[in-house]
Amino acid sequence: MARITASVYTSHVPAVGAALDLGKTGEAYWQPVFKGYEFSKQWEKEQKPDVIFLVFNDHATAFSLDLIPTFAIGTAAEFNPADEGWGPRPVPKVVGHPKLAAHIAQSVIQDDFDLTIVNKMDVDHGLTVPLSLMFGQPDAWPCPIIPFAVNVVQYPVPSGRRCFMLGKAIRKAIESYDEPLNVQIWGTGGMSHQLQGPRAGLINKEFDKAFLDRLIDDPEGLSKMPHIDYVREAGSEGIELVMWLIARGAMSDINGGRKPTVRHRFYHVPASNTAVGHLILENN
Amino acid sequence: MSLDKPYKDIPGTTIFDADMSRQGYHLNQFCMSLMKAENRARFKANERAYLDEWPMSEEQKQAVLARDLNRCIELGGNIYFLAKIGATDGKSFQQMAGSMTGMTEEAYRDMMVKGGRSVEGNRSVGEKK
Repeated sequence: MARITASVYTSHVPAVGAALDLGKTGEAYWQPVFKGYEFSKQWEKEQKPDVIFLVFNDHATAFSLDLIPTFAIGTAAEFNPADEGWGPRPVPKVVGHPKLAAHIAQSVIQDDFDLTIVNKMDVDHGLTVPLSLMFGQPDAWPCPIIPFAVNVVQYPVPSGRRCFMLGKAIRKAIESYDEPLNVQIWGTGGMSHQLQGPRAGLINKEFDKAFLDRLIDDPEGLSKMPHIDYVREAGSEGIELVMWLIARGAMSDINGGRKPTVRHRFYHVPASNTAVGHLILENN
Repeated sequence: MSLDKPYKDIPGTTIFDADMSRQGYHLNQFCMSLMKAENRARFKANERAYLDEWPMSEEQKQAVLARDLNRCIELGGNIYFLAKIGATDGKSFQQMAGSMTGMTEEAYRDMMVKGGRSVEGNRSVGEKK
């Protein structure tokens, strides 16, 4: 049977991708950010995941205002890195896992989550920056990836509670798949940041640290936090953090298992306009 | 009965909800068109003529021509869409974000390096000094 072995949480700041692509990782401004992921890259080499279920959001790239799916699962065989206006990032194409993705879609929809199924989609920095942070700059990504896009651009976005419950359904789906796969689930976006209006540049370290603490120890309680608290405390784009609750909801302890082990925790301000947060939790 | 929108109380912030999206539909779709290199070239060659191809309001067109991102947002623009204009102009996301705060580019960058804008005094309109 397939098994979720770990969850990974990370910001997906586009400037981080640009810094990597332009060879700026050694600059004093960027060094502390990339240092925070050195452990993670080594850890991934040891973990050798077979598939990554990657929760991210599209930033007006694949989805314009023509179509705004709340939850969209990528079931294609491959996904190309998108041109977001600066040219596509020079990173490998993303190879999907259509068979597992179709299985998850079937299971999760029957569990009352009405997913949109996407057979054609370019993937933007929301998906490729986390891959770069966790795997560096390889010629090909080390395993297939199932992109799972969440609408956090047009309000109302799904509630933290809904995301958390969805994570549970995704776990059930993955663990009912017959092949013995080592699956990781990643939640990306955040942490506190606001990119618009006179309040742009907002960062709230206290909020972010408390969010990381509660994500580890009290995910159920954290999932009940209303939208307004994210927006007020973590900025209008800080709402991306609801996506972390999908990954957290897919961990074993939510379904009666043992608490996960915190393998790595990192926090740094700033990367461009944003607070960078990163966490690795291993199932026991 | 009107819907509860508690986020109206947050200073310096416009939440891009379904109603704003309705108002900004053509403005944002115009921005989306700038994802294609040939459209960027046509826009740069004659901005006004390119904008006139879109059923946007005159206020929206003026806001785009002036690169007044706060006004664009007030008229239904969303920052991720408006970022396509910035990309066309060769601006970074940090330059765009900073341009909405009334700060210089350097002052905004310095603020971020020092830990960003504090939430204190910025939680609600009533709290804002």
